[in-house]
Amino acid sequence: MKQMLTGNTAAAWGARLADVDYIPAFPITPQTEIIETLAQWAAAGEIPARFVTLDSEHSMLTAGGAAAAAGARVFTATSSQGLLYGFELLYTVAGWRVPFVLVNVSRGLASPITLEPDHNDVLAARDSGCLQIHAETCQEVFDSILMAYRIAEDPRVLLPVIVNLDGFSLSFTREPVELPAVAAASIYLGEYAPGHAWIRGERPMAQGVAVLGGAVYSYFRYQMQLAAENALTVHEEAAAAFETMFGRRYGLVDGYRLDDAELVLVMSNSFATKGRAAVDLARSEGVRLGLLRLRLLRPFPREAIRRALAGRRAVAVIDQNLSIGLGGITVGEVAHALYAERDRPPLLSYVGGLGGKEISDQEFRRIVSDLMLAAATGETPPPRLLFTAAEARQMQTLLSIAGKEGAG
Amino acid sequence: MSTSTFIAERHPSDPLFRADRLPHIWCPGCGIGPAMHAYAQAMVESEIPLARHVCVSGIGCTGRVPGYLNMDSYHTTHGRAIPFATAIAIVKPELEVTVYSGDGDLFAIGGNHFIHAARRNVDLNVICINNFNYGMTGGQVGPTTPMGARATTAPFGNYEQPFNLPYLAAATGAVFVARWTSLHLRQLKQAFLRAMKKRGFTFVEVLAPCPVGFGRPNDIGDAMEEMTLYRERCVVDASARLDSLDIDLRDKERPITLGNFVDIERPVFDPLAMMRPAGERENHAALAGKTQEG
Ligand SMILES: Cc1ncc(C[n+]2csc(CCOP(=O)(O)OP(=O)(O)O)c2C)c(N)n1
Ligand code: SF4
Ligand SMILES: [Mg+2]
Repeated sequence: MKQMLTGNTAAAWGARLADVDYIPAFPITPQTEIIETLAQWAAAGEIPARFVTLDSEHSMLTAGGAAAAAGARVFTATSSQGLLYGFELLYTVAGWRVPFVLVNVSRGLASPITLEPDHNDVLAARDSGCLQIHAETCQEVFDSILMAYRIAEDPRVLLPVIVNLDGFSLSFTREPVELPAVAAASIYLGEYAPGHAWIRGERPMAQGVAVLGGAVYSYFRYQMQLAAENALTVHEEAAAAFETMFGRRYGLVDGYRLDDAELVLVMSNSFATKGRAAVDLARSEGVRLGLLRLRLLRPFPREAIRRALAGRRAVAVIDQNLSIGLGGITVGEVAHALYAERDRPPLLSYVGGLGGKEISDQEFRRIVSDLMLAAATGETPPPRLLFTAAEARQMQTLLSIAGKEGAG
Repeated sequence: MSTSTFIAERHPSDPLFRADRLPHIWCPGCGIGPAMHAYAQAMVESEIPLARHVCVSGIGCTGRVPGYLNMDSYHTTHGRAIPFATAIAIVKPELEVTVYSGDGDLFAIGGNHFIHAARRNVDLNVICINNFNYGMTGGQVGPTTPMGARATTAPFGNYEQPFNLPYLAAATGAVFVARWTSLHLRQLKQAFLRAMKKRGFTFVEVLAPCPVGFGRPNDIGDAMEEMTLYRERCVVDASARLDSLDIDLRDKERPITLGNFVDIERPVFDPLAMMRPAGERENHAALAGKTQEG
């Protein structure tokens, strides 16, 4: 049966049906609804989990990692500044090789302060050893959490997984979500046998030790890389089992009207829905446009991306993030996937949707016309920061109110 | 029947506020506004020119205070107001630096900074609006939520022992410690004035209604009702034992004790002078041009 759930409540249901043992929590907008929902259930005895509010995200992630190391199934959630505040622990806990699921509700980073989404928060964690699944719909949020436990807990992987959803556009948007029966979810996840849990008394062991001389250090870091690569296979197995049980299939990447597409937009998260609309609009005008949505960001599914994009006439990556001094983050990763390809298409780079800024039809049209020109000439235009003339005018008004006219 | 209307164009405190930032974001009945006004009045009466006052906050509803004050003010990240203010107090000792922030900001995510600044006796005033919850994020349980009080993350009541803030401040080294409420505005202003006059680490806790985050889940109908609760339950006793100052709203007989509890002298943190050999210290103090009683 389908229920109307916000992205946040869908995430809480993910934790609930994964039958988690421990939920360390700390509030932050726009994530708070997730932990509040779980707190209500825990207090009402509807879930057996121990719910504990910690003093910050730093202690929250420390506690989460420690409980996972002791064999508990752990769920937690944060956003933006909170993810950054806990940052030290993302690396540390991933290195402990303990599985847990952390939901990040994307929100642009300070300064200036905002509440609305972009992906600089979650992408800052891309090198941490935590795997990343980015969801487009509330259904996908729920489904990805179940899949994330399967992937994280697989002995070939044993790394934390971050499931990302956009603040506001997904966190507070209600969509129909199909929730499986409790029994079906528990069959899908199987009996939790935390073979990694060495904190268990009867076998004393010193953990978290320092290793000097790079070889030992490198060995353990390489182990993490190999485990993350294994997650590509494990994801496919988890996705196949998921489809068998629940009828929904998730790929490493997600395509929309790609089959005969000559031109392709590459996007991620909930703004990909705008990309789909842009594809439909272009198709109605006879342009063979398609969309590739990045879903698994870590491990980066290079081969799947290469296959999806090789041979297209031109590709535009819209990054909803900005690496200051570089530009978009994922465009470089997509370029890496395509570099060895003889037949690689011109790769156009756009940055848009920062702090939840709209990407208008007008901006999509501009991208499509750039794509057509690039396809015709083989030339790649310089990267662009999307901003409309109307937005620039509005900004001038604001600057003049602040007495800073001319500063723009 | 005709009624004559009187519309005040100006308020005497207007110059202290950034009128262009109004209306403010606070909910009707919120206790932050009156306490901010008491602070603004204390600045005026402090005989320290407004240009030398600095106000720093973390993040939260209380964290918005500096944004509405027409003075040098900074809205830092969540929990980091005290290290920000510490740095200003050290590099610009001529400034009167006040941290104005919430109970969560100062005692959960930022708690570590509070105890160390108090221990060092940094020349700061810390004002905490204690509304017993994380107001800005929608009423979650925090480190000052009284036992048994309900919050969105403690729907059947808080079961963790909260901080007794004056006791904590005194134990960690604050030289002036007070607690008042947003009902006791005169005493509150006097406490702010004393804090501004004193050198070293001062702490004023202000109990303030948050009708949305705290009142509603705790059957306190509105801000008036919480103010009535303050009027009925508060007793002023500056000589009360610090360890008896816990707030427990469940027990109707138990008073909420207010007062200026601590007012002592301790060497004020000054790395430039203190790092030097003993003989050179007085020399530096004279150079810095600040007097102990300042
Ligand atoms: C690192 C980080 N974590 C979480 C938050 C979310 N957050 C904003 S305000 C706040 C709590 C505010 O409570 P308090 O300090 O008591 O202020 P009040 O709103 O009650 O005045 C939290 C948790 C944040 N901004 N940054
Ligand atoms: S939520 Fe509470 S603290 Fe925040 S403005 Fe409203 S009443 Fe004040
Ligand atoms: Mg508060």
